[in-house]
Amino acid sequence: MEAPTPHEVEVVHRTLTDHLPILQVIIPLLAAPLCVLLRERALVRGMAIGVAWTCLAISVTLLQHVMEHGVISYAVGGWDAPFGIEYRIDLLNAYILVVVSAIAAVVFPFGRGGEGLALNPARVHLFYAALLLCLCGLLGMAATGDAFNIFVFLEISSLASYSLIALGRGRRALRAAYSYLVMGTIGGTFFLIGIGLLYQTTGTLNIVDLHDRLQPVIGSRTVVVAFAFLVVGLGIKLALFPLHQWLPNAYTHAPAKISAFLAATATKVGFYVLLRVLFTIFGATFVFTTLRLHNLLLPMSLAAMFVGSLAAIAQTDIKRLLAYSSIAQIGYMTLGVSMGNVDGLAGGIVHLFNHAMMKGGLFLVVACVVLRTGSAKIDDMAGLGRKMPLTMAAFVVGGLSLIGVPATVGFVSKWYLVKGALERGWEPVALLILLSSLLAVIYVWRVLEVIYFRERPEGAKEVGEVDATMLIPTWILIGAAVFFGLRAELTSQVALDTARMLLGTGL
Amino acid sequence: MSGLPIYWMAIVLMMVGLYTVIARDNLVKKIMGLNLFQVAVIMLYVSMGKVEEGTAPILDHGHLPEGFQHFSNPLPHVLMLTAIVVGVATTALGLALAVRIKEEYGTVEEDEIVLMDQALERGEG
Repeated sequence: MEAPTPHEVEVVHRTLTDHLPILQVIIPLLAAPLCVLLRERALVRGMAIGVAWTCLAISVTLLQHVMEHGVISYAVGGWDAPFGIEYRIDLLNAYILVVVSAIAAVVFPFGRGGEGLALNPARVHLFYAALLLCLCGLLGMAATGDAFNIFVFLEISSLASYSLIALGRGRRALRAAYSYLVMGTIGGTFFLIGIGLLYQTTGTLNIVDLHDRLQPVIGSRTVVVAFAFLVVGLGIKLALFPLHQWLPNAYTHAPAKISAFLAATATKVGFYVLLRVLFTIFGATFVFTTLRLHNLLLPMSLAAMFVGSLAAIAQTDIKRLLAYSSIAQIGYMTLGVSMGNVDGLAGGIVHLFNHAMMKGGLFLVVACVVLRTGSAKIDDMAGLGRKMPLTMAAFVVGGLSLIGVPATVGFVSKWYLVKGALERGWEPVALLILLSSLLAVIYVWRVLEVIYFRERPEGAKEVGEVDATMLIPTWILIGAAVFFGLRAELTSQVALDTARMLLGTGL
Repeated sequence: MSGLPIYWMAIVLMMVGLYTVIARDNLVKKIMGLNLFQVAVIMLYVSMGKVEEGTAPILDHGHLPEGFQHFSNPLPHVLMLTAIVVGVATTALGLALAVRIKEEYGTVEEDEIVLMDQALERGEG
């Protein structure tokens, strides 16, 4: 055996634009330790906002590029796939990257920085470091085309979010963060076992390569077990009923701004990874024809929709109400997946975007209320309709969208879901979608009644409208919920194309 | 009993860890259980890299070391270095939370903490 001769090094001149897929992960990753070094609060806040907006600009550029020229493949460090880590940006993850970075760009500037945190004001820079790491993890999960890399970014974002939740006021935030840490780690480790079994069978970690190499052995016991571990692990991460136990406490006790960020991004990226596992790694035929996953996913989604909405009706805390509503909305997304047709899946994907906008906006409204009144109890919101008219108007619009009133985004997603259900011949499911929307009417109305038709009690703390730093981000998200409800073709076209791509019928 | 002994070891260790997480009330013990659970998966991965009669993948002056025909697969080991780091970070954060909970509640026993929180909620209601 001869000693290997050094290869002639091929010098490829790349411009900065070629590196965009990795840059949006690297920038927040580098900015996080910089936050710790700089310490200066205003500086750190400005940098975090700058990073979020840079990521948004990059992801929008990537989405445009993907829509015009097709899939972008980026070899990290110049090591080609399948041996190196590949960042593979197609329509689906370009779309997810835009959602996550847009939410970050809007939520990061909310307020003046350290309010509402159980944190010494001198240490607010640490909060921004964790926030940036969380963003880096979420963007990384969406951008990477390597299964093990997904696990690493999943843990980066999860670890950051545990510490962010623990920053909530009151000691129950600590317990919520602890339970989420235990559940989240079990979920992450299940995901790791699943990847390990797939690696053992195929010898590859690249998800596109995995798909090809799995085909000859797709029905084997190891592959089915791997599938089960991956789906259960991700089920915990995206709070799929009945694996949702960690979510209500985490969202209730986290600082309201963090609830807004996580509710709009973390479960969404979990849903994205589920789509990747189901459709890119295993393929629609195996999932729906061989394993008949819809027999499991359909009842769980319906249960999530009803248990989530019914539990939301019973809540006395507005954050917990929105958290249970999130569980119901995640049920809509997985319901779309279980239909296994283009319209249903597009409904799930478009609902991902829509729910991110409206739930992010609603949690920001709650953040305004909590910062003004110091309470998240629904009864303490009595009479706020007159004291904080602009904030409460945002709640009305967000609530209507949650119900699915026409001209809001909630209507668009339900339209596609009902269409998908009818196409599949599941008329009762279509009926149940409408019924669960009625439940949303009840829990939204309960809050509106307190806000507008109840007098502010005597001797209650005098409150006024919040300032522009809070109002503008809130209204951007709520405004987006209306804008994309009126111009539904913008998001639904991407969702339909993505659904076709995932189901392998076109594109 | 079928299957390689290493798999049985990994599964038993995994279940011991998971049982500890579920059955123990002590928050520190829960973290230790979680740790066992993660370590079991790490062992499962490391065992994957072993190729029968393979040796460490290091060239000896550009040749396979004397007496060996194959190399073992080093990739699972590399992956597990990352997973170990993740495990350490999780354990550290979990224990840090346990310390904060002890400061705030004065105990790390979950049943006592649940009782204290319930009493608080009744007081609010």
